[in-house]
Amino acid sequence: MRHHIEGTTLFDGDQAQKGYALNRMCFSFNSAENRAAFLKDEDAYCAKYGLSSEQRAAVKSRNVLNMIAAGGNVYYLAKLAGIFGLNVQDIGAQQTGMSVEAFKAKLAAAGR
Amino acid sequence: MARVIGGVGTTHVPAIGKAIAEGKQKDPYWKPFFSGFGAVHRWLAREQPDIVVVFSNDHGLNFFLDKLPTFAVGAANEYRNEDEGWGIPVSRAAKGDAALSWHIINGLVADSFDITMCQEMLIDHAVTIPLQLMWPNGDWPAIVPVAINTVQHPLPSMARCLELGRSVGRAIATFPQDLKVLVVGTGGLSHQLDGKRAGFINKDFDTLCMDQLSGDPESLTRYSIPQLVELAGAQGVEFLNWMAMRGALTGTVSELHRNYHVPISNTAAATVLYENRPRVLRRAA
Repeated sequence: MRHHIEGTTLFDGDQAQKGYALNRMCFSFNSAENRAAFLKDEDAYCAKYGLSSEQRAAVKSRNVLNMIAAGGNVYYLAKLAGIFGLNVQDIGAQQTGMSVEAFKAKLAAAGR
Repeated sequence: MARVIGGVGTTHVPAIGKAIAEGKQKDPYWKPFFSGFGAVHRWLAREQPDIVVVFSNDHGLNFFLDKLPTFAVGAANEYRNEDEGWGIPVSRAAKGDAALSWHIINGLVADSFDITMCQEMLIDHAVTIPLQLMWPNGDWPAIVPVAINTVQHPLPSMARCLELGRSVGRAIATFPQDLKVLVVGTGGLSHQLDGKRAGFINKDFDTLCMDQLSGDPESLTRYSIPQLVELAGAQGVEFLNWMAMRGALTGTVSELHRNYHVPISNTAAATVLYENRPRVLRRAA
């Protein structure tokens, strides 16, 4: 039985299986050499890891929600985001459709 | 005999590593968090633990999804950190204590925890940042890292993690060397990085967790993992590490210090310090 949580995708076996190639590519970004190789030729790098067309399109568009829909796990996706100098407030803002400032204000408001 | 003298729960957000490297501890954004460690520093200076057992979750440095153990125990004499890919500085290594590791491993397996044993294990920010927070001069004791899967569901239950900690606590108590052991649980509290609910923080639930953890951790085992995701956020499930830490405190537990501050990065940041006194000595006194 699945427990539905609004706006949340549980990274379960189905997601892990679906997202394996994408997450495996992102795992490779622990190495500076691999990050440079991705930046040098993104198409070739994605092809090497066998991304599905959905995953490739999601990476190309830099759209985090689409990457999650394609099985991406945020801990691995954060390594990809890091290549572009994006932190978790930046990707939080993108996923919620807010400006980074508005997203930060929302976080601060949660503490009051 | 070895004894567990206390426990620390602390957030391990990667941005903390950056703030430390850039010396931002006194900046207005960071001060409410870092100042919460003064009481911990004073207690550590007084108690001088010899070794630290750290319950944490790997974020894709040591483990990948190809082989992901639910529970894994380090059995090395050194643990290195490496580039994690998101721009935080690489930390210095931690020494290990393989003899204590194997003693804990033997105890866990005898207690029916079929854990993974690791003679090589990289430690990520979930271990190195708490060490840097507790020992800012870099002079931290040897560690035994215990990795709990909080990444790929199904995750172990709250009850199972509490029991894991209890088993570790019992094992430490039968280790023949005279060691003072600190147990640490890292991560949390409420936060969610992914999805349309990114930025979710739940102060009420965090407060309830901290209120219950010292005196009645059992009461928290009523939350299923999906309920924990709902109440603490998708990454708030790192509270499982805190449950294990608390489980390892098998004596009389008192909360000496608590700090809670929102937000650090996307996270409700918390620090707690528990003292663990042997029950038998308490009665005799």
